[in-house]
Amino acid sequence: MAKESSLKNMVSTLFIVCLVSSTLLGGVYAITKAPIEAAAIAKINSSISLVVPAFDNDPSAEAFTKEYKGNNYKIYPAKKGGEMVGYAVETFSTNGFGGKIVIMVGFNTDGTIFNTSVLSHSETPGLGDKMVEGKSNFSVQFKGKNPADFKMAVKKDGGDVDAITASTITSRAFCGAVESACEVYKLCAQIQTNKENSNE
Amino acid sequence: MKFISCVPKFKQIKRTAMSKLSLLTSGIIKNNPTFVLVLGMCPTLATTTSAINGFGMGVATLFVLTMSNIVISLVATQVPDKVRIPVYIVVIAAFVTILQLLMQAFTPGLYATLGIFIPLIVVNCIVLGRAEAYASKNNVTDSAMDGIGSGIGFTLSLTVIGLVREILGSASIFGIKFMDSDGILAFVLAPGAFIVLGYLMVLFNKLKSKIS
Repeated sequence: MAKESSLKNMVSTLFIVCLVSSTLLGGVYAITKAPIEAAAIAKINSSISLVVPAFDNDPSAEAFTKEYKGNNYKIYPAKKGGEMVGYAVETFSTNGFGGKIVIMVGFNTDGTIFNTSVLSHSETPGLGDKMVEGKSNFSVQFKGKNPADFKMAVKKDGGDVDAITASTITSRAFCGAVESACEVYKLCAQIQTNKENSNE
Repeated sequence: MKFISCVPKFKQIKRTAMSKLSLLTSGIIKNNPTFVLVLGMCPTLATTTSAINGFGMGVATLFVLTMSNIVISLVATQVPDKVRIPVYIVVIAAFVTILQLLMQAFTPGLYATLGIFIPLIVVNCIVLGRAEAYASKNNVTDSAMDGIGSGIGFTLSLTVIGLVREILGSASIFGIKFMDSDGILAFVLAPGAFIVLGYLMVLFNKLKSKIS
């Protein structure tokens, strides 16, 4: 049965057990590192292709970050034949019912929202997770809306968005995230127009 | 002469095979982790919002339980008594992290829904409970059988709870809607988990006492 405990054998046993497990973990980490990164990129790419018009460049490779209200947002430019067709902005809100919600919001070049796609969330299944496209018509109402004449807030707060029934907190967080994406997009659009002006 | 001497040996083999099988079924019925031992309630209540989620969590626990039971039964005699729990936890945590990395790499879809619950397996009482109560005192094959049995029992219970909650709460079975309505919301939320668990526990123990 179990061995008698002495300081020497306790220390040596724990040392060996930890050494073996950490070596094993290191090995598995090394093996899975590449597939995990590939899976993350594949997820980002598939959501970019959902939220912007058809493109033929590699938006992940040309991604850049923009600071807005102290947070960094990643922006993926989508181009077709060298021509800019839209931007995908990776935005988030920490005000979700279950914590952080990360959303990809795509814009046409004229500033209207092309589509949105939820990257990650921990909202309640059956309630807040209806913000995911296909589970309810909530996210569809953002399609083709221009932030200039569409107020990104739920109707309860005086905005134009129909909230998900019984999930006002999630709806608010979603609107907040989309709104910051709009602001970030404006920052990019400004730079774009400035560039064009200076070229002339 | 030779043939006759084989008979008792054959009987013995049959008996050991039977006892191995009873090790498996014990984890499913007599010592069902969820309904009889009432262990590992945290993942049970948190992950069973749908049948698929419950099943995924069950299979993840099955893997960790079997692997940790095997390793612990192998090292148990070499581990000094006073540090056995830290050693078990390190072994279990290592397997959980391996599982997490593997899931992240090869089943990102499942990881997206179960990811935050996977680290919880480390503190799941079933895993440590089986290690301490069974694997540390028995040989490798028996411990592996016990791990598989308890794991299957846990998976079945979680799937059933998930299924009931999904039918009542989201009006769907394994993600397929059978009715065009939202279902009773409470069953998707925490109170529904307690209600379903309670009633299933009653039903399970009633049926169990009838069988035996």
